[in-house]
Amino acid sequence: MPTTLDPAALDDLAARHEAVFRAAAVRRRTGLLIAAATAGYLVFAWWFFSIGAVLSNGNWGIAGPYLADWISYEVRPDVEFEDGHLAVTYPRFSPLGPAPDPDWVETETALVEIPVAPAEGAVEVSPDAAEDGFLGPDGRAGAAQQGFLGPVEGGGSDAGEGFLGPDEGTTAPAAPQAERPAAPRSREREVVMRATVHLGGAARVAVEPGLVRVTRGGETVVFDIVRDESVTARGPLPAWIEQAAPGRKAVARFGFAGRAEIEDDEVKLRRRFLGWENFFFDTTSPFWGRPAGEVARLVLFGEPLEAGMSNAALAWQDFVTNAEWQHGDVWLKLLQTIVMAFAGTVLATLLAFPLSFLAARNVTPNRLVNQVLKRFFDFLRSVDMLIWALFFTRAFGPGPLAGISAIFFTDTGTFGKLYSEALENVDDRQREGIRSVGAAPVLVQRFGVMPQVLPVFVSQSLYFWESNTRSATIIGAVGAGGIGLKLWEAMRTNADWENVAYMVLLILAVVFLFDNISNMLRRRLIGGTPSAA
Amino acid sequence: MTATTHPPVLSEAGRTTERHWRELAARRRLYTIGGIAFLVVAMAGSLWFANESNAGKFFDRLPYFFDFVGQMVPRDGLEVWRALFDLPSPYDDGSLKYNYVEGRVYVSETLYVPEYFYKMAETINIAVVSTLIGFALGFVLCFLAAANLTTRRWLRFFVRRFMEVLRAFPEIVIAGFFLAILSLGAVPAIIAVSIHTVGALGKLFFEVVENADMGPEEGLRAAGASWVERVWFGIVPQVLPNFLSYTLLRLEINVRASTIIGAVGGGGIGEALRLSISQTHEAKTLAMILLLFCTIVAVDQLSASLRRKLVGDQAFEFARGG
Repeated sequence: MPTTLDPAALDDLAARHEAVFRAAAVRRRTGLLIAAATAGYLVFAWWFFSIGAVLSNGNWGIAGPYLADWISYEVRPDVEFEDGHLAVTYPRFSPLGPAPDPDWVETETALVEIPVAPAEGAVEVSPDAAEDGFLGPDGRAGAAQQGFLGPVEGGGSDAGEGFLGPDEGTTAPAAPQAERPAAPRSREREVVMRATVHLGGAARVAVEPGLVRVTRGGETVVFDIVRDESVTARGPLPAWIEQAAPGRKAVARFGFAGRAEIEDDEVKLRRRFLGWENFFFDTTSPFWGRPAGEVARLVLFGEPLEAGMSNAALAWQDFVTNAEWQHGDVWLKLLQTIVMAFAGTVLATLLAFPLSFLAARNVTPNRLVNQVLKRFFDFLRSVDMLIWALFFTRAFGPGPLAGISAIFFTDTGTFGKLYSEALENVDDRQREGIRSVGAAPVLVQRFGVMPQVLPVFVSQSLYFWESNTRSATIIGAVGAGGIGLKLWEAMRTNADWENVAYMVLLILAVVFLFDNISNMLRRRLIGGTPSAA
Repeated sequence: MTATTHPPVLSEAGRTTERHWRELAARRRLYTIGGIAFLVVAMAGSLWFANESNAGKFFDRLPYFFDFVGQMVPRDGLEVWRALFDLPSPYDDGSLKYNYVEGRVYVSETLYVPEYFYKMAETINIAVVSTLIGFALGFVLCFLAAANLTTRRWLRFFVRRFMEVLRAFPEIVIAGFFLAILSLGAVPAIIAVSIHTVGALGKLFFEVVENADMGPEEGLRAAGASWVERVWFGIVPQVLPNFLSYTLLRLEINVRASTIIGAVGGGGIGEALRLSISQTHEAKTLAMILLLFCTIVAVDQLSASLRRKLVGDQAFEFARGG
């Protein structure tokens, strides 16, 4: 049943229990004051760090691609406008290998007569070689590009630098650069007349000389290109195409699938694929581009691809030395970080153990020694791990030694403090019991104190071992080496976010594993209560 | 212990017990010896590997180490104070090494803040702002992760995993990512430290909430209070002291963390220190170490005394929160 009080009764109540109501008001006011102070402080911080300006000046446009790079990669074909025809080229280190011919780039070719000026200092070769389609000196055509980057895949890994054998996959013949033919004045050549790049679903970009058709979700925009002069759209532009000014470069976006930059001399295309490209083998490996089953068959039963080396060994070597992912190096650096944390923690434990007995006032009844050691621990702890890391990096050079020393110094302080506190809290009865049967002082500690504190000590060390694995990553980045430094270098290039993702996954896995090992050991040591101390 | 002075006369049962005890002791000794042997081998391997893969070998570098320690001694004792307070140095030769005056941050025409105090303030502010953000978000999330308040398993599971990811994700990567977007400065450091703090505090908070007394909550439930009212009036008053205590503990850690993030481009004293050490500006380095040391000790002491006031000695139980 609801009770209602009239205003008079309320006043009466307030008057009778004045203290209760006043206290509540004071508390409410304090709460408001704290909230106001916090809000005021945040406004100050906003101004102090000029957060608004920083956020609005930030290059947010690249955040999306950077994030997408974590889990995907781009293939970047360029369609260049030549005299009356096109050329499809790929960057030097394309994820598709040296001679990309993906099925989502369709080309229509035609034979055209092309006048060619004789190259200076060119080496004479047989004319039928030239007729086969050897390149002229201006090797800007798509075929030329493919030839220059000559595929290694088919010829095995002994295809040298200078000579690049022809590829079975493409019809484009390859020309060794050293043997450039003195080309005839004019010759027939197969050139690209029309290129259609599919960007997933209905999205595509069709390029012809002087004309670009961009299609996305039923909408098609046609651009007229005057070579080296202008890019002009026929009709109004939809929201997904941007053009800064008429005649200038136009950028068409296809969301995650990619984008196309339409310029007056070329169309730059980006198509994004989910996944990590060439994770196992890079494009120089004979195993590259083969499906998993075939790699397994080659490794198990195949003829050796390289003389004097079994396929398994070759596959392992190619995997570990993968130029893009650097598996071997990453693992080595990760091991360095793990070693830093492990060795640092163990050394700190070993040193802090005897010192803590001297610092505990109930074990060593000497005020001076106690105080000196405790202040020494405070010093080691308060001079931050960063300072120790910078200091030892400077002294020992970058590498795990600096990391070990930094963790060792900081944690000697931390452990010394924690251990001596644990010692000061031991139950005295056990010690008295041992002492009463006439044991020597060392034996009193061994049997009266150690059984009580050892599980606590080990538990604390284990706890910090896991936490130090994380710290070792961070101090690595300031120069102490290990995976932290590698991670930092990969981030600084702004192009290797997929490598960052790979290393982060490895670090998370290691931290997770150590966390569980450390928790399991601690539970066994101190029985059930993982955070007791 | 095992050294008994008179031969025991034992019954059949006594002998069984004795045999069992000996077996247990032997197994225990075996485990101990095995564990220590494993540790020794692992340690030797680790140290060997660390030495092999280091840029300089330990014993080769040791003389340089002492040289470097020697280099850290300033030209005279007053140099450190001059560097600390941006006073002109008699050794000023136009280079950065002794030009302390240049770093002054002028508040008005004549009043200035010494460079390192300003940078230290920046670092502390990074830590405070991130701790506040971490507290606010951790506060909201922790009630959703507590089993006694959130009955929907999927929501609890999701929130807990989310906080775990925030906590375990290397700060350095978040900082690096935002440094790429926002360029050098304090904001990436704030974001990185905040994200980690949300995860770390959220985890500690929900453990506190799960141990809270459910009596007040039940009372409010009986009176028909909504979920938010039950949490706000039934749980929050109980757990707030513990929350604040953990937040203060986190603040201590965040001051250190923001110094480290500073050293990789997040601004503040960390960056200045890294530059100064790498350029062998001994007086500047020592001044900064001194300042950092005093600040960390002061923050630790302040937070310790506040925590003792808030929750008593239980605040000093072993907890670091990762």
